[in-house]
Amino acid sequence: MGIINVNQLTKIYPVAVKEPGLKGTLNHFFRRTYRSVTAVREVSFQIEPGEVVGFLGPNGAGKTTTLKMLTGLIHPSGGHIDVAGYTPFRRERDFLQKITLVMGQKQQLIWDLPTLDSLRINAAVYGISERDYRQQVGELIEMLSLQDKLNQPVRKLSLGERMKAELLAALIHRPSVLFLDEPTLGLDVNAQVSVREFLQEYNRRYQATVLLTSHYMADITTLCERVLMIHQGQLIYDGSLNGLLDRFAPCREITVELGEARSPAELQIYGELASVDGRVAHFIVRQEALTRTIARLLAELDVVDMTVTEPPIEEVIGQVFQAGWVS
Amino acid sequence: MLTRKTQPIRSAVRSIWRRTQTLLLVYYAYMLEYRAELLLWVLSGTLPLILMGVWVKASQQGEFGLSPQDFVRYFLAVFLVRQFSVVWVIWEFEREIVEGKLSFRLLQPLDPGWHHLASHFAERFARLPFAILLVGFFFFLYPQAFWLPTIPQLLLTLVATFLAFILRFIMQYTFAMLAFWIERASAIEQFWFLFYLFLSGLIAPLEMFPPLVRQVVEWTPFPYMIHFPASLLVGLPVNLGQSFAIMLGWIAIFFGLNRWLWRRGLKQYSGMGA
Repeated sequence: MGIINVNQLTKIYPVAVKEPGLKGTLNHFFRRTYRSVTAVREVSFQIEPGEVVGFLGPNGAGKTTTLKMLTGLIHPSGGHIDVAGYTPFRRERDFLQKITLVMGQKQQLIWDLPTLDSLRINAAVYGISERDYRQQVGELIEMLSLQDKLNQPVRKLSLGERMKAELLAALIHRPSVLFLDEPTLGLDVNAQVSVREFLQEYNRRYQATVLLTSHYMADITTLCERVLMIHQGQLIYDGSLNGLLDRFAPCREITVELGEARSPAELQIYGELASVDGRVAHFIVRQEALTRTIARLLAELDVVDMTVTEPPIEEVIGQVFQAGWVS
Repeated sequence: MLTRKTQPIRSAVRSIWRRTQTLLLVYYAYMLEYRAELLLWVLSGTLPLILMGVWVKASQQGEFGLSPQDFVRYFLAVFLVRQFSVVWVIWEFEREIVEGKLSFRLLQPLDPGWHHLASHFAERFARLPFAILLVGFFFFLYPQAFWLPTIPQLLLTLVATFLAFILRFIMQYTFAMLAFWIERASAIEQFWFLFYLFLSGLIAPLEMFPPLVRQVVEWTPFPYMIHFPASLLVGLPVNLGQSFAIMLGWIAIFFGLNRWLWRRGLKQYSGMGA
């Protein structure tokens, strides 16, 4: 039994349909029609305490809807969820004390007041004592390098500082399960790196469980060993990042620099030849044939240099989404 | 044994007190951020002072049962009661639903209604100096209207004004719940405001209504949001027990309705845009 257990989770939304033009508008006013959209379809997974799991999928795949159901913001249409022993949509006090949700495109801080005021409200709402508040804020400020920033009105902070302040506000009650929806959205590279480092440190220090969505692959590759991939509401992959490459990108590219140029006809016998450029040849080889091919190339040809590359993960995931592969 | 039992109660009371204090202080700071806006809001509530002019003029020419001086004091009291019972929760709540901002509130172990109530209540204190200044200025211009209510009168007015605010708040917050189903719930408030305007005593004191109409109106929640506290302040005759009872009754009805709609609405909530 993990800390997050999801079984056959489904969410169906009614969406009003409107035809364009005046006729469509009048019809929409007098006789509104709805159609059901299945945002999440029979998704099942389990996450163990302390795991950091990446949640991947193109826009509209159902990631945010799933996060909203996991945090109890919306009711599922079907299936079962258990987070830290609670049914999220009941929103019991003890459950809310254990979780948090950070949304990169939304903010909870009061815009016109300093962050400290929002933090004070959160501390009171979560029933954190004055002593714990000081200690917790002190620790998080140090981890986030936010010294001297908390007295400024939120509107005066840079985007990166604001995101860090948002994280601070969302973590003040020291939740053990973090749901992060695009926490690095719109941040520059440095800010992205510091948010990532902070999340790594938070997970290490408090053994927190993290489920994270991001469109920046660096977030996923740095933080997550395991990924869930969702496409059109269905879970299409659940496993390690490396496994994802093996499953969806079973080929590797071998680049060899030879002592002397060879003709394509001579090289083709070693594997699928992508291109030849003078003494440099590129082969595409299936992973299971990789070792064999390398051994053969080294034995039979005058190899000066050789590199084996995995295709970039962004590219692989992009291809998966584009092709709409479903396992 | 006794201490062990009272310990959790004491800590619960302390926690509630701390929450209340923090929410009020922070929202007070928030309201003070908009000084010019606050003054303009106070001035925008001067409709009763304009109506005062109209009624005083009319009462000088006809028989209305109230003297011109009564009208002056009544509308001044209306201005004050209105200042402390202004409510805008439906617009805020509607925005939270439409923009999905309610999500953050739902993640916290405190009913979102408390945030709204605290921000409204804190705003009363931010408004207070401006309202007092305006009334002082009025008496300076028109000293013959000056009167001093007795202490019991003042205390009763305070209680009635507080309840008037609660009633108006819970009523509007209940309509706000409809934002879960219809995204423009404020339209209902605009419609409802029409009844409020005429039946609360904002446009004309209830003494001007035909007796039968007045009798019917007194069973609705409207007169208790303006007319009743204003009458207490100026010393017009009121049925104290019945008025407080009806007021509390309506608060209870709307509170029940509010919680029912809240529970059903949450099932409907989709956290749009978030």
